[in-house]
Amino acid sequence: MTTLIYDGTFEGLLTAVFEIYERKLIHVKMLKGEWRSSALFEDVIKVITDQTKSRRVLKGLKERLSTEGVQRVYVAHLSEIDNCEQTLIGYIRHAFDSDRNIEEDYGNKFVLKLSEIVQMVRRERHRMEAFVRFQKLSDGTFYATVDPDFNVLPLLIKHFKDRYADQKWIIYDLKRKYGIYYDLNTVEYMEIDFSRSNQGGKASIHCEDKGIYQHLWKNYFNSVNIPARKNMKLHLRHIPHRYWKHLTEKI
Amino acid sequence: MDAVRITEKLNILADAAKYDVSCASSGSKRKNENKGLGNASNGICHSYTEDGRCVSLLKILLTNHCIFDCAYCVSRKSNDIKRAGFTVQEVVDLTINFYRRNYIEGLFLSSGIFKDADFTMERLVRVAKKLRTEHNFNGYIHLKSIPGTSDELMREAGLYADRLSINLEMPTEEGLKLLAPDKNRQDMIQPMRYLKQEIIQNTEEKKLFKKAPIFAPAGQSTQMIVGATNESDQQVLNSANYFYQNFNLKRVYYSGYVPVLMDKRLPGLNTAVPMVRENRLYQADWLMRFYGFRVNEIVNETQPLLDLDIDPKLSWAIRNMQTFPIDINKAALQLILRVPGIGVLSAQKIVSARKFRKLTWENLKALGVAINRAKYFITCNSNIFEKRDLVGTSIKQFILAESQSKYLKNAQQQLSLF
Repeated sequence: MTTLIYDGTFEGLLTAVFEIYERKLIHVKMLKGEWRSSALFEDVIKVITDQTKSRRVLKGLKERLSTEGVQRVYVAHLSEIDNCEQTLIGYIRHAFDSDRNIEEDYGNKFVLKLSEIVQMVRRERHRMEAFVRFQKLSDGTFYATVDPDFNVLPLLIKHFKDRYADQKWIIYDLKRKYGIYYDLNTVEYMEIDFSRSNQGGKASIHCEDKGIYQHLWKNYFNSVNIPARKNMKLHLRHIPHRYWKHLTEKI
Repeated sequence: MDAVRITEKLNILADAAKYDVSCASSGSKRKNENKGLGNASNGICHSYTEDGRCVSLLKILLTNHCIFDCAYCVSRKSNDIKRAGFTVQEVVDLTINFYRRNYIEGLFLSSGIFKDADFTMERLVRVAKKLRTEHNFNGYIHLKSIPGTSDELMREAGLYADRLSINLEMPTEEGLKLLAPDKNRQDMIQPMRYLKQEIIQNTEEKKLFKKAPIFAPAGQSTQMIVGATNESDQQVLNSANYFYQNFNLKRVYYSGYVPVLMDKRLPGLNTAVPMVRENRLYQADWLMRFYGFRVNEIVNETQPLLDLDIDPKLSWAIRNMQTFPIDINKAALQLILRVPGIGVLSAQKIVSARKFRKLTWENLKALGVAINRAKYFITCNSNIFEKRDLVGTSIKQFILAESQSKYLKNAQQQLSLF
């Protein structure tokens, strides 16, 4: 068993695949994070992310998978769930070692597992498309905070850019401490250092219309309920508790 | 803006609109090409009410003043309730500001009939026109068509709206006569027929000229109230099927009657909402639209009512045991779709996966098949399968004994005779 330590990026993962084939490794274990003392491990390789190597692996993947298939590998990587790398490495090796396209080989455990992870990540992305709630700041920018289960911000850019083309907006991931910002032309990644922002900074969070539309939306939400049909189990299945704190109508 | 007054109007006019079940915002393909606000494509449910319904659109009435007196409707003329009306600008402002905050996919606008059909419809169209032309709004707009609207107005509505709908209200004409004496079915059908032709014509034009304007791209839908009169499920589903076939409807919605008014023609105020029946009707509707079932396979002269204990697919399967068991590794997709416990996605995955290897029970389970139901109807790459020659009724017993219906508050203990 060889342990590969990589930096957690998608390029790093592809570089690891390169090393596996280069060194003809059979049994591997992936670890994310910093290189610590080597004494603990018998057989450890530190993967140094390398553009040339990762591009070669990506090129190979593109030959064996459809465009959608390559995209799915990337999406699964964004899940960041424990041992996700094991599935990804298994999937990529199955793709390279097979002489035909394996995307629909659901009898293979890696293919099935990857499709489940992709489904989970895409569900979370869809939830974010639904549950983002903007507040209008005094400078006219629309601001929202989220803390999604998976790292889905990169998957949200196109949707929000297409939809809100004529307003500036920020969506900030509180858990991963970065956001995406649209300035009417392009979307860029951003970081906000909340620890250093003073009272003046916080004041800018107040919205210009005194929250009248938040108030109207809450009223609307209560008015459309039909008490005779109440079904909290179904309600919770659609909106699990953990999302409530960001939803205007549930606060 | 007078916040107090607007809040009051919104409460009244949202409350009055909530019995319209349609909240779909999908099926359109309006793009944000003018760098304006919004787009409409696959539909998003932005929130859910405590009764579990999707909140996707700002669903309101322009006004609840109405000259009609339909027995089942809260806004009927003779009902003593608070009345209110929005101005065109108020609806536009609410829509835009809700949309910018990502609360909604768009607007669902309906109205009480306050003068005549065209007068009311013209006001609805004006809202849509203003959103599209003055505010560059490309979000989803669903307009309710008022029965009896002229063709010219329907045409204008189709140019601005994504979806149009007229509620049939009652599954049968007799039911409509009894409960809504001011309405007649012909007034509902005429705008539907006009729209159907316009939509077909527009699709043809689109093929020839890419720049041709889009016309009601999300098509039309309708709604029927069930449980207000004594129609059978066969009548309901036949009626739905008729409108799917003849008017190219995208959706028929079934609304279990919520008793809101005292009227000797209606079920009493303490009658429960027929939620199980409504659910079974939707399941049957799905079977017709996605599973290749014909309406008379689901309900017919000998079987005019849907079984409330089990879903209509299982019900069909146990009446047609001669079709089963089928071999999951060989059967056609159309046949796999008919197996209880296998949905559309699982069926497609089965057909894909079996090209690589013969599938076993473990594979099927991993693919998401509900084995506890499907096992009576299929064989796969395994020596283990149901060898008893079971009759349909005993399969029903077995499945009911194993599953806990979400509708049965107190699980009934039934003696198993087998």
